[in-house]
Amino acid sequence: MTIQISIDGKQITTTAGKTLVDVAAENGIYIPTLCYVKNKTCLGTCRVCSVKVSGNVMSACTVAVSDGMKVEVDEPEVSDMRKALVECLFTEGNHNCPSCEKSGRCELQAVGYEVGMVVSRFPYRFPVRERNHTSGKIWLERDRCILCLRCVEFIHDAESGKKIFSLSKRGAKARIEIDTELVESMSAGQVKVAANLCPVGCIIEKGHGFNEPIGQRKYEKKSIRERAVAKNNNE
Amino acid sequence: MNTQIKLILKRYCSDRTRLLDILWDLQGLYGYFPEAVVTQLSESLNMSANDIYGVISFYHFFHDRPTGRYKIYLSDTVIARMNGYEEVRTALEQEANCHFGGTDETGTFSLFYTNCIGLSDQEPAMLIDDVVFTQLSPGKVRVILSQLRQNKTPAEIVNPEGLPSSELAYVERLVKSNIRHKGAVFFKKINHRVLLDKCLNQLPEHIVENMIASHIRGRGGAGFPTGLKWQLCRDVEAEDKVVICNADEGEPGTFKDRVLLTHSPRDVFVGMIIAGHAIGSNYGLLYLRAEYRYLKDYLEYQLQQLRTEGLLGIDFDIRIQMGAGAYVCGDETALIESCEGKRGVPRVKPPFPIQNGYLGRPTNVNNVETFAAVTTIMERGAQWYRSMGTKESSGTRLLSVSGDCAQPGIYEVEWGITLGEILDMVGAQDASAVQVSGPSGECVSVAKDAERELCYDDLSCNGSFMIFDQRQDLLRVVQEFMRFFVDESCGICVPCRVGNVELLRKVDRLIDGKGCQKDLDDLVSWGKLLRATSRCGLGTTSAKPILTTLDTFPGIYQNILTRKQGTLLASFDLKEALPDGGRFREE
Ligand SMILES: Cc1cc2nc3c(=O)[nH]c(=O)nc-3n(C[C@H](O)[C@H](O)[C@H](O)COP(=O)(O)O)c2cc1C
Ligand code: SF4
Ligand code: SF4
Ligand code: SF4
Repeated sequence: MTIQISIDGKQITTTAGKTLVDVAAENGIYIPTLCYVKNKTCLGTCRVCSVKVSGNVMSACTVAVSDGMKVEVDEPEVSDMRKALVECLFTEGNHNCPSCEKSGRCELQAVGYEVGMVVSRFPYRFPVRERNHTSGKIWLERDRCILCLRCVEFIHDAESGKKIFSLSKRGAKARIEIDTELVESMSAGQVKVAANLCPVGCIIEKGHGFNEPIGQRKYEKKSIRERAVAKNNNE
Repeated sequence: MNTQIKLILKRYCSDRTRLLDILWDLQGLYGYFPEAVVTQLSESLNMSANDIYGVISFYHFFHDRPTGRYKIYLSDTVIARMNGYEEVRTALEQEANCHFGGTDETGTFSLFYTNCIGLSDQEPAMLIDDVVFTQLSPGKVRVILSQLRQNKTPAEIVNPEGLPSSELAYVERLVKSNIRHKGAVFFKKINHRVLLDKCLNQLPEHIVENMIASHIRGRGGAGFPTGLKWQLCRDVEAEDKVVICNADEGEPGTFKDRVLLTHSPRDVFVGMIIAGHAIGSNYGLLYLRAEYRYLKDYLEYQLQQLRTEGLLGIDFDIRIQMGAGAYVCGDETALIESCEGKRGVPRVKPPFPIQNGYLGRPTNVNNVETFAAVTTIMERGAQWYRSMGTKESSGTRLLSVSGDCAQPGIYEVEWGITLGEILDMVGAQDASAVQVSGPSGECVSVAKDAERELCYDDLSCNGSFMIFDQRQDLLRVVQEFMRFFVDESCGICVPCRVGNVELLRKVDRLIDGKGCQKDLDDLVSWGKLLRATSRCGLGTTSAKPILTTLDTFPGIYQNILTRKQGTLLASFDLKEALPDGGRFREE
């Protein structure tokens, strides 16, 4: 069903039931996301796509558009909330971008720029987090994990369907675990998929790294915003 | 494979959605989850071992490391702390000869803290395995532990006569029900057979209409109109639908569901059967919090009785699903995940349970008290029910009253009663503050709010009613509540996982005397962030202890603020920040 909605005052014609993040992007309006992957189950973990829908704050990845919806993205209060959530992630873990393999291709870093983050309003925690490098193929650098859950929900063992990545504990103690045995049976292609799927530099493919020179890296060539709103954003 | 494990798996048809039950049985066998057992499980259930550990480590009452022969869980609540908690805690450590979080050298006792176990009317209280001990004192603790050392079981200690655990007398031996004031709706004698005959012969639509006409709203907290929920669930076309009774009762300070399940279990079960008929479901689940495991045999026996009488088991049956210790599992979607044997993480909504709930089926979740009220409404009629309470909040509700008052316990009140009237009724002349609806509710001032009415339009209440007088340090109460939320956040979404820790740290800093006005401003703005962006009700309400006390009792914050001295922030401790505590420089 064709419907009309408005985003930041712009009148948009679209189809009922589509996801708000996608509708916005198709119409040139960028809503930052970190856990969302187009055409996959909504994870709803990062909340960085929070916008106002008819005055209420909602995460745009969970909203199905309906006729007459009035959406505000570029609104001071909710823009600051998105920024605060990104800041939360920078202080919760340890992010030392200059030495990080993912730098330049990292979604958290790129979104940090988009929301205009300079320094976090929350105190940096400098947590001590154990890394896991027991596998021959993957280096798990938990310092940078944002618990988006992409790896847990979307990467499974090809043969058995078992989870290769899983979540343990809860609350602030929650962390990602990796099944070393199952990792060993991952194909090189699947390892690449996992490393690329991880929005940050937590799942690192062993034996590769720092391939692109500074200035030529993914989001340096084309920003995350441009990629999101481009018609063919399949890169 | 080990035959005992095989047997357990067989009991649940190696169904991974029954993982919680499987884990309870295995823990019963081994006391914890040895690696070899988890490996076997993972093979049989086609899950990775980490996936299983993910479930184990989510729940407070599951242990992935060996524990002592007796697992002792001391309920750590603000109410307990008002009633000699600290002395009991110390006595436990001395007597068990170990610290909390540890096990003594002989491997006899392990001590754990646990959040509210639903006994705020008789704190301090603790669980030893699944047996509950109330109104503790250091002396009582000494006697209990020495008896355990002499090889008496916890059940033998509280129940020397050996009453069967399926009997009401057993439950009453363990805990007092403290029903102080009965009203028109609950704890009534009802002929369930006659009532069910009448209801099941009515068209389901009629029952739904009755519920709508009664104006009853859900008693789990959110206050969603029950009739409307049933109507929506009824309207979904599906073969299999599910009725779930939410007996997670995790909100600190509530215990009314415990008392209903003790004295009116049949009202609750019959309410579920009626709901099943109304929405078109033949399957019900009672999700019972792990803290209430001592009620399980009794409730199973009640179900068995209903089956024997032919009231259950033909068109509709009920299974008890044990929880395993997680407040967030009270959220209906987390509860459904938990029923499916997973980590109790709230789902992304939509879809809502009435569309897609337990095992993908349309599911109607209601609170224990809601179902009990349904039974009386069907007996006495919707108009009768509606004649009580206020226009928007019909009927009565049960209050779990605790804290500084003469008579803590259960009170049935009509909606519309004022705060002051309740305080008079329970003997709380010196009350200065009341935490209404637990940590996720509101802290009100007796001086300012005595005239406010208990109802959905004014002072909404989920049943928890904790009273504080002048002696209590409200900021410490706030700190406890924030610690509770940090403990209980599932951690799946950023604002709640990160934000609650930051809020608690701010409160700690204020109590340390290092807070300034900027900290208060941050509390308000970060609280708003959590409220607006969190995924479930835990995160959207967790800042309320701070935000509501800032509003009603600003003095408790203003009085302890420090001013910035020179160029350094009050919270900045130069000595602490320097290596070696600054000694190097001083020397
Ligand atoms: C964190 C959290 C904890 C909750 N705990 C409970 C609970 O212990 N018992 C309960 O009945 N509802 C609880 N609820 C509310 C349920 O999600 C749900 O709304 C309720 O069970 C519906 O029943 P009702 O309509 O009869 O109130 C909780 C909600 C949240 C967000
Ligand atoms: S993961 Fe991203 S944000 Fe974190 S250090 Fe690496 S590049 Fe920086
Ligand atoms: S490892 Fe990467 S993909 Fe997995 S949860 Fe952490 S940040 Fe997300
Ligand atoms: S608000 Fe808290 S408890 Fe609720 S989903 Fe988010 S992290 Fe979990």
